[in-house]
Amino acid sequence: MKYLDEFSNPDLAKRLIEEIHAVTTRPWAIMEVCGGQTHSIIRHGIDQLLPDEIEMIHGPGCPVCVTPLEIIDRALAIAARPDVIFCSFGDMLRVPGSDRDLFRIKSEGGDVRVVYSPLDALKLARENPDREVVFFGIGFETTAPANAMTVYQAKRLGITNFSLLVSHVLVPPAVAAIMESPTCRVQAFLAAGHVCSVMGTHEYPPLTDKYKVPIVVTGFEPLDILEGIRRTVLQLESGRHELENAYPRAVVADGNQAAMQMLNDVFEVTDRAWRGIGMIPGSGWRLSHAYADFDAEKRFAVTDIHTEESSLCRSGEVLQGLIKPHECEAFGRECTPRNPLGATMVSSEGACAAYYLYRRLDMVQAVGG
Amino acid sequence: MAEATWIGPIPDPMPGPAPAAIDMDSWVCPAPLRDSPAIVMGHGGGGAMSAELIEHLFLPAFGSAAQAEMGDSAVVEVGGARLAFSTDSFVVKPMFFPGGSIGDLAVNGTVNDLAMAGAVPMVLSTAFILEEGTALSEIGKIAEAVGAAARTAGVKLVTGDTKVVDSGSGDGVYINTAGIGIIPDGVDIRPERAEPGDLVIVSGDIGVHGIAVMSCREGLEFGTTIASDCAALHGLVAAMLATGADLHVLRDPTRGGVAASLNEIAKSAKVGVTLVERDLPIPQTVRDACGLLGLDPLYVANEGKLLAIVSPEDAEQVLAAMRQHELGREARVIGACGTEHPGMLVTRTTLGGTRVVDLPIGEQLPRIC
Amino acid sequence: MCLAVPGRVISMAERDETLMAQVDFGGVTKDVCLQYIPDAAVGEYVVVHVGFAIQRLDEASAQQTLANFEKLGILEEEFGDGFELAARQAGVDLPAQAYATSEGIS
Repeated sequence: MKYLDEFSNPDLAKRLIEEIHAVTTRPWAIMEVCGGQTHSIIRHGIDQLLPDEIEMIHGPGCPVCVTPLEIIDRALAIAARPDVIFCSFGDMLRVPGSDRDLFRIKSEGGDVRVVYSPLDALKLARENPDREVVFFGIGFETTAPANAMTVYQAKRLGITNFSLLVSHVLVPPAVAAIMESPTCRVQAFLAAGHVCSVMGTHEYPPLTDKYKVPIVVTGFEPLDILEGIRRTVLQLESGRHELENAYPRAVVADGNQAAMQMLNDVFEVTDRAWRGIGMIPGSGWRLSHAYADFDAEKRFAVTDIHTEESSLCRSGEVLQGLIKPHECEAFGRECTPRNPLGATMVSSEGACAAYYLYRRLDMVQAVGG
Repeated sequence: MAEATWIGPIPDPMPGPAPAAIDMDSWVCPAPLRDSPAIVMGHGGGGAMSAELIEHLFLPAFGSAAQAEMGDSAVVEVGGARLAFSTDSFVVKPMFFPGGSIGDLAVNGTVNDLAMAGAVPMVLSTAFILEEGTALSEIGKIAEAVGAAARTAGVKLVTGDTKVVDSGSGDGVYINTAGIGIIPDGVDIRPERAEPGDLVIVSGDIGVHGIAVMSCREGLEFGTTIASDCAALHGLVAAMLATGADLHVLRDPTRGGVAASLNEIAKSAKVGVTLVERDLPIPQTVRDACGLLGLDPLYVANEGKLLAIVSPEDAEQVLAAMRQHELGREARVIGACGTEHPGMLVTRTTLGGTRVVDLPIGEQLPRIC
Repeated sequence: MCLAVPGRVISMAERDETLMAQVDFGGVTKDVCLQYIPDAAVGEYVVVHVGFAIQRLDEASAQQTLANFEKLGILEEEFGDGFELAARQAGVDLPAQAYATSEGIS
């Protein structure tokens, strides 16, 4: 793919890695916010190629990991209804609710369908006028414009058998919450590139100023991640804490104005509980009053939900970078990718799943296996 | 041109704080059956859940009636001859896809299972389960495809069965085929035979079939020129055997892709398998489709490709013979077996890092993260 | 939340008063909603996430970024480690320009 494959060039990667080694003189803890960045780091083995001094802390930027348990349980209850076609991105299918996941619901007869785009769900609504189509609208700011346009269309075209179960979360409040934690170890952030494609970069200088941390807007291909790390280390080494854009081909400071206007119309800010972390004020979006009719939470008043997180799961501490996954007592025992207790073990870029995969190799080697 | 040489050792284990004590056995032993009282789609994905279902439900129930591990193809001694016996069921949706249909798959799938045991396929049975209401014209097209594939493969369709289930109970057409083949003397091809030092060869481009099918799956459709690689491989296997080389393992990487097959072989033979990412033959179109949907080509199904594990001394001549055959023109070495990380599949990434490629849990789904 | 890939707009059409496009991602084409980049032209590259173009892909910027990476090794050769070491030992904060890419820090 043009403008994608070039950014995996191994020779250029080698140069970037050498540069990073050359400029790193002290230990630094850097958090990459976005789950897609974590995925790229694991997938290409980037973590192993960085100098020992650099510790990448995997951030909570994975909507799979942080969608509140209560919303998952609500989704499961709605999907179980015989009149509902429940549509979701593939990522959410294995996320455990209090006692089941969407796959189980499907096995019990629920009509659960994976779609690539929320517009596919709207199409299903038009094709199945006698069924209720619900779309699971999770994601960060990157995905919100797609969900917004879809519900805007539904309203405009009068497609009344469509509704959205919304659980959007926002990056800047999460960054602030992480920095406010007394045990925070994060010294710099790689900001989520595609979130900034939509929202621009103006929300970040107040954070760099307040918390004195460098924030570098970073892409997702290996060269992008390495460049983001390189610029971050340069800032750290020279005591700077600024907002930098290391992904200029897809991010401009003002973001996408058309998208932001739509977001303003369709959503409104709300407090949101992040699974494993807790309530972060003003950190989410819900449907605005004008779109209340399309809110699945209102349309399907689900009452009998008993939400209970596994008592063993410490994913919240992992998400904040307070503990490493293997420091959790359940890691690798009660909690594995096949039997995840929490969302960080489900998602392919959840910190626990990532650790399970690549740390396993080190430990086999350490034991001489 | 054939390079039967190999890469260096895997880099040193990643440094970091010593992990909490972890039960090393839990890394390689199959996890207990998931706490699900019903079958879910993941059980059919060809990954860890499918394996668990067999190991923890079927085999214990069969007890002493079960012969060994019940792999893809069984070897049965009958009156001095060694027969390979295999069965497979085909439930693919959509039934017609670029490059083929469920009919082609039904014949070639079982022919290939027999071929992977080194057998010459002789006869097949065909059992159809038809959903009430399915158009006869569709059944006709599928039956023609079955006939054509059988003629091309040189196998006889000797017996069969047809059942009809209520509308809503099936899904159009399900086909089961079972086949018998004769294993020539001296041929001993089993996953356990992979040895440290052996090379891993693939017969051609990977990821083609799975992407072809996904391109017309509802909710995910995309335009592409990719057509399924569905083909009968016994001719290619015969050409490889004709060199006189002692083939250790053959496997057609269908559901779960190359990742599932090599994980299974690694576990059976208790060897570590390492792939070199830059040597993987992934067509650009497959890469692009995977990039769009967030899929990993290593987990995508193939229906006209095989993996061969051979001693390094035999590799050159086996590759030469493969490249003379129309189904093996692009054959190449993609990895090797070793003593490190036994039971695990690992990839050396193009950047020089290492990545564990685990058995897929269930079916691979498109993702947004 | 971030799987978005660049593709080239090959055709555009209004559907239900919404701007849609056929976008080519190399080996595959997909229907994409272009409503958020309403002034996109055929032949331009856009960044696509879950069937929506969320931003333009600035081709010139992409080329520039790659060119900067190419230059990286050369910069090292010109200045060398000695320069860096000396500056550190002198307790001097290295000027940002020594490491900045030519596109600047924004």
